[in-house]
Amino acid sequence: MIRSIRARRKLTLVLCYTALAAFMVFFLFPPFYMAITSFKTNQEIESLRGIPFLIQQGVTLKHYRDLFTKTDFLLYFRNTAIVAVLVTLIAMTISVLAAYSLSRLRFFGSVTLGTAIFLTYLVPETLLFIPLFKIVGKLGLLNSKWSLVLVLPTAIVPFCTWMLIGYFGSVPRELDEAALVDGANYLQMLLRVFLPVALPGLVAATMFAFTVSWASFLYPMAFIFSSQEQVLTVGTVTTLIKGDVYHWGGLMAGAVLACLPPVVLYVFLMDYYISGLTAGATKA
Amino acid sequence: MIQDETQGEVSVVTARPPRRPEVAPPLPRRAVPRWLRSRTAIAVAMCLPLLLLIGGLIAYPFFYSIYLSMLNKRETAFVGLANFRFLLRRDTFWLVVHNSFLFTLTAVFFKASLGFILALIIHTLPERGQRLWRGIALIPWVMPLALSTLGWWWIFEPTHSALNWILVQLGISPKPWLSEPGWARFATILVNIWYGTPFFLIMYLAGLKSISQELYESSAIDGANAWQRLRYITLPMLKNLIAITMLFSTIVTFANFDIVRVLTRGGPRYSTHLFGTYAFNVGIESGDVPLGAAVALFMFPILAISAFLILRGIQRSQA
Repeated sequence: MIRSIRARRKLTLVLCYTALAAFMVFFLFPPFYMAITSFKTNQEIESLRGIPFLIQQGVTLKHYRDLFTKTDFLLYFRNTAIVAVLVTLIAMTISVLAAYSLSRLRFFGSVTLGTAIFLTYLVPETLLFIPLFKIVGKLGLLNSKWSLVLVLPTAIVPFCTWMLIGYFGSVPRELDEAALVDGANYLQMLLRVFLPVALPGLVAATMFAFTVSWASFLYPMAFIFSSQEQVLTVGTVTTLIKGDVYHWGGLMAGAVLACLPPVVLYVFLMDYYISGLTAGATKA
Repeated sequence: MIQDETQGEVSVVTARPPRRPEVAPPLPRRAVPRWLRSRTAIAVAMCLPLLLLIGGLIAYPFFYSIYLSMLNKRETAFVGLANFRFLLRRDTFWLVVHNSFLFTLTAVFFKASLGFILALIIHTLPERGQRLWRGIALIPWVMPLALSTLGWWWIFEPTHSALNWILVQLGISPKPWLSEPGWARFATILVNIWYGTPFFLIMYLAGLKSISQELYESSAIDGANAWQRLRYITLPMLKNLIAITMLFSTIVTFANFDIVRVLTRGGPRYSTHLFGTYAFNVGIESGDVPLGAAVALFMFPILAISAFLILRGIQRSQA
């Protein structure tokens, strides 16, 4: 009896790992293939012989060198970095203040406002980009990366606020009372008590904000059309494609480099990020 | 001062038990008016940036787009519902409607099913390996979608790339992945499944972890088999979470832009357009802003219904 249970457990595990391996191949194949292609010579990419997911004719860094010397890639990278950092700072400031206020200093209508914030999180970019295009135009920000700094927080603040309300709500009330007794005002209480205690939530929200602003595609696609102001996602997708011949090696090198910052950040802060995303799931 | 503090609380109607009286913060007694020092004033002030953002860049644009959608192409005259009527008479628009629903329903179904299966698989594994698998599986979700779709675009390339190479090796004829409507739709849906399954996986895995182990133990004593445990414990316990994540994903998938834009640009012959990409095509590329706004607004009913159901689900699970 015991042996059969053990054998069954073993069989289950073998089945599980087999299925898991298949899924992992599916999930990791695109990034793997992108990276492999970016190190191949043009001749190998264009030749019809050989195995596509191996490098058989020597590794080359030519595509990466060309990216830095012959294209505006570094300019796009700089623009994206400026936009992502500023948007993250702005969005986090707004979210932290609002979440603190809504989770602790309840006021008339604060519960309704909490629901309203959640609803605005469900309004997609595709519904807003056309009126925003007109508004950005009226403000004279069309074809400028500052339009993104203005507009991108809308995609981030509702979710971050909602997530931080949860984290701040779990800070024990005894801590506020202790801080108040010690003579802290509300702002000091936020900075000295809430932010340190809710640090995991803060890290998760910051990472979310950074990833979303780094990956934004629709807004720069709609608002920006000059190379000077372009960001990585749109720049890589539209301007690295020249003519009818696709430079797959260069294209993939660009995509790999552009993906790197959010992915590296994720590798280091994975646990914070996942617990931030799933914070609502366990409650529901 | 203590009285002052409690007065500020009177207007707040909450179901919470009354709080212990707090000692008021000793703010410097400068010329700050009393109402400004009150808790409510500070709370509202802290919410102000958020209110401005939501009001100015979400609510206002939304109503503005309703107004825009009722203008003529040059935005010089008010035309009422003419743009909407025009769209409803166009075959292209109905193709977009049809494809948007096909894309959303198929993708959400597969993302939810595969995510659930994967969550069950990872939940079965020994505890120490779970973190690693979960971490690797989320990579598609962390990569900027426009760029990973670029990678898929290369994978789908018909002559030099991997997918057709594999088919040929297996003795199957190569497919025109992005130039034939059926395969192009398949390709866009596949990329969406690739991108979205990890999100369902981590949500369901978190849900599985939150189910009390005692339920399974007592059911084991009653002689329940694996299927019965899944059917009578796991699924009922996760019912709400499954509903909420699927509705949420419906909104996000329905409003997707990046995949179709990069992979097919709506082609071949408008067969893969979604509301978002078609609105971009009409409103920005063809320069008919009002018509584009009208296309985007057609998404609103679906989004509103999903949002309503999500809110109801959340309120139920909190009750």
